[in-house]
Amino acid sequence: MSDDKVITANNLTKKFGDFTAVDHISFDVHKGEIFGFLGANGAGKTTAMRMLCGLSLPTSGEATVAGFDVYKENEKIKKSIGYMSQKFSLYEDLTVKENMEFYGGIYHMTDKFIKEKTGFILEHLHLEKEANALVRSLPLGWKQKLAFSVAIFHEPGIVFLDEPTGGVDPVTRREFWNMIYEAADRGITVFVTTHYMDEAEYCNRVSIMVDGRIEALDTPSQLKKTYEATSMDEVFLKLARKAVRTAD
Amino acid sequence: MKQFFAFVRKEFFHIWRDKRTMFILLAMPIVQIIIFGFALTNEVKNANIAILDNSKDAATASLTTQLDASRYFALERNIVTYKQIEEEFRKGKIKLAIIFPQHFGEDLQHFNKAQVQLIADAADPNTATQLTNYATAIVNDYQNRITNERKLPYTINTEMRMLYNPQLKGAFNFVPGVMAMVLLLVCTMMTAITIVKEKEMGTMEIMLVSPMVPQLVVLAKAVPYLILSSINITSILLLSVFALEVPINGSILLLGFESILFTLVSLSLGLLISSGAASQQTAMFISLIALFLPTLMLSGFMFPVENMPLPLRIISNIVPAKWFYIIIKSVMIKGLGISGVWKETLIMAGMMIFFLTMAIKKFKIRLG
Amino acid sequence: MNGARPDDTVGRVSQRTMIVVMRLTKKRNIQMNAVVAENIIKTYGKKKEVTALSDISFAVPQGELFGIIGPDGAGKTSLFRILTTLLLADSGKAAVDGFDVVKDYKAIRKRVGYMPGKFSLYPDLSVEENLNFFATIFNTSIAENYDLIKDIYVQIEPFKDRKAGKLSGGMKQKLALSCALIHRPSVLFLDEPTTGVDAVSRKEFWEMLKGLKKQGITILVSTPYMDEAGLCDRVALIQSGKILSINTPQGIVENFSKPLWAVKSSRMLSLLNELLQKDFVEDVYPFGEYHHVVMKDSSGEPLLREFVREHNNEKAVLQEAQPDIEDCFIALMKN
Repeated sequence: MSDDKVITANNLTKKFGDFTAVDHISFDVHKGEIFGFLGANGAGKTTAMRMLCGLSLPTSGEATVAGFDVYKENEKIKKSIGYMSQKFSLYEDLTVKENMEFYGGIYHMTDKFIKEKTGFILEHLHLEKEANALVRSLPLGWKQKLAFSVAIFHEPGIVFLDEPTGGVDPVTRREFWNMIYEAADRGITVFVTTHYMDEAEYCNRVSIMVDGRIEALDTPSQLKKTYEATSMDEVFLKLARKAVRTAD
Repeated sequence: MKQFFAFVRKEFFHIWRDKRTMFILLAMPIVQIIIFGFALTNEVKNANIAILDNSKDAATASLTTQLDASRYFALERNIVTYKQIEEEFRKGKIKLAIIFPQHFGEDLQHFNKAQVQLIADAADPNTATQLTNYATAIVNDYQNRITNERKLPYTINTEMRMLYNPQLKGAFNFVPGVMAMVLLLVCTMMTAITIVKEKEMGTMEIMLVSPMVPQLVVLAKAVPYLILSSINITSILLLSVFALEVPINGSILLLGFESILFTLVSLSLGLLISSGAASQQTAMFISLIALFLPTLMLSGFMFPVENMPLPLRIISNIVPAKWFYIIIKSVMIKGLGISGVWKETLIMAGMMIFFLTMAIKKFKIRLG
Repeated sequence: MNGARPDDTVGRVSQRTMIVVMRLTKKRNIQMNAVVAENIIKTYGKKKEVTALSDISFAVPQGELFGIIGPDGAGKTSLFRILTTLLLADSGKAAVDGFDVVKDYKAIRKRVGYMPGKFSLYPDLSVEENLNFFATIFNTSIAENYDLIKDIYVQIEPFKDRKAGKLSGGMKQKLALSCALIHRPSVLFLDEPTTGVDAVSRKEFWEMLKGLKKQGITILVSTPYMDEAGLCDRVALIQSGKILSINTPQGIVENFSKPLWAVKSSRMLSLLNELLQKDFVEDVYPFGEYHHVVMKDSSGEPLLREFVREHNNEKAVLQEAQPDIEDCFIALMKN
């Protein structure tokens, strides 16, 4: 891990009228890090991620992603990052190959690159036979793994993953995290949110948001020591129980 | 029974609490009547015309005054040359030109014959026809007056009477059409949407796994829209009578009965659509394309069905609005009783039974 | 049976007949099963391309808290819909409280409580209006069975005039549960009630279910969360339409036959890859802070210890591990 900070945030805030969704959060993420961004529903995770992805302007505070300012250079941010969420990843009524060609095209990759990368991914995921199958016909686990590959198709420096393993079986979950490790090894920074507390353990560092603020930020082992817990689940519950906000 | 009323009550809550949609549903007919009644009209009024008077005598002066006085015409100006006429047409400044030749009055006096030339902008043939008709009528009127003073033999006078609608008001056409459209939108589309919404939200699942008879769910959803439609019909009729001066010559009771019948047909259609549509968008789309559009085109209130080619005329027979339109015109404007519309009433009743039966049959008591 | 109503007579007659038949055939277990499924098969698609359920059979006795644990796509929702008479299976039989799901669907629909995924409530009606509505639909009132839902409802009662759409996930959960219970059902079907809800509410929800069990209600719950299995009386692990195992949580864990160890080091990725190569290792996978190592048999223990010693410079740590449901699920999946 080098000292390059690929994400910086300083008192980042987002208000919707009187309601402060994200309340002065500050943190840094280093290159190649697997950074876990945890919090209960309604804690402000999604809003924060949107600001970092260049999808939503902050109310105040500063942040840079891949060196670009979130206020003025959000289009450049979008070109430099990858994104995958549980709700939407691929077009169900296009084939595996068509999806990859589509996303490659959106990110201005050359035809040659798209062809090579497509072949590489198909081989890596053992999906050669399903190249021309509709994504809809794939089991969920394969979809998610494919979606991740597509999210980093254009080899971005940072990839944002929004609950990527929701509802997936335990074996596929681990295969997925293997892919995350491999990506981090190649230097891609991974910013991931998850509800599975054991997955929090796979991260280099974890931050936990409660009521719009970051209440904890450290390595998993340090957090367990600080909160006298044997698992990240316990750490999370101890912090989440203090939450005042019950919004969805 | 208690269940049924609880469901109807819930439906009223939904409608009442969606203020925006409710406003549209209640205000829409009023807006439509006003638009169709006052602003839009097939009639041509105040059309710009030009008169080229090469004769400039008492006769042409008299005719010019008549033409100018008519509410259909607005005399642009008196043109001096023939060439100017072409230019005015091309610029779109006039829609009709009337040309009196030289010695018009003299010819009329001495040879009992004179000619008038009418040139119309037929880019819009409907307007052109109407304008030439109006102008011809005014000329004929003038002719009759001077002929009566002469007492010539072998003259045939055509007397025209415009029955039921002597002033040829377009509103008579539009009010029944608007009624049909409004009922279709409110009853068919909204009913279909609200049922499918229940499916989309997942609450339909719970309703199915309950002691409630599933068909009652669907009927309960239709009731509020039945009541809304009645309010709409009342407001349309009130507006038509008092604001547009469209009379109700027939029995109001019969009018109400026929309207309710058509409402039930529309509701049945809504129920039928909802059993086939998977999403609210589909329901709305089917309602608009498969029902609303044909009603607009083929019911006869915008375009005469008699002028259409045979296949379309046949199709128009299955558009319920066509029969409703005939009935409303007959009862409201012609003042006919049930004896005059029993055939159409029977057809609508038959349609209602057919659609309702189909809707009930197609209703799924299970998913998937 | 509690809460008998006049239209139960037909059901009870057939139940009595069933009991007589069972006595005649000398079956030991005379008590009626609340839910029975026999060889249920369900496919989707015109050419039956998708098999959602493949030969599912199980029985749930009255008063049991039965968990159906499996990931998305395992067939949980299809199974629930078949049991609540919303879907017809391709083949096989199922019965709830002795009533056949196909022939006697009306009787079942009167007596079960159902909470489909996404907490289907009316967002523009208030909490109280929702509850009142569902009570009326089920021919009862809030007052009649209030004691049953009291512990749950008091938590949302302060918000009873708030529109259901404006409630948090946890509160929606409680309201949906109250609405499903309001008519005192004999069997409660809850399809993924804890999905999409925060961790604290999840725990509270299971506490509420335990409380309900004491009232004698049979509860079937589906969930993708493995850790919730431990809270049930018995569970069925389901994956890709097939049941991997049915047992008490302890029973499933006890059936984990191979020795299980936990290892960690400062270089987890290489640790994993190296262990995968070893002959004495059946399987190794990440499991939070540690990797879980499934040994082929106990003979490999010394080899494992040696391996760990070799990686001392990477601060390798070894300790014994107790298998939990997730370990069992993984092992069953891989067989």
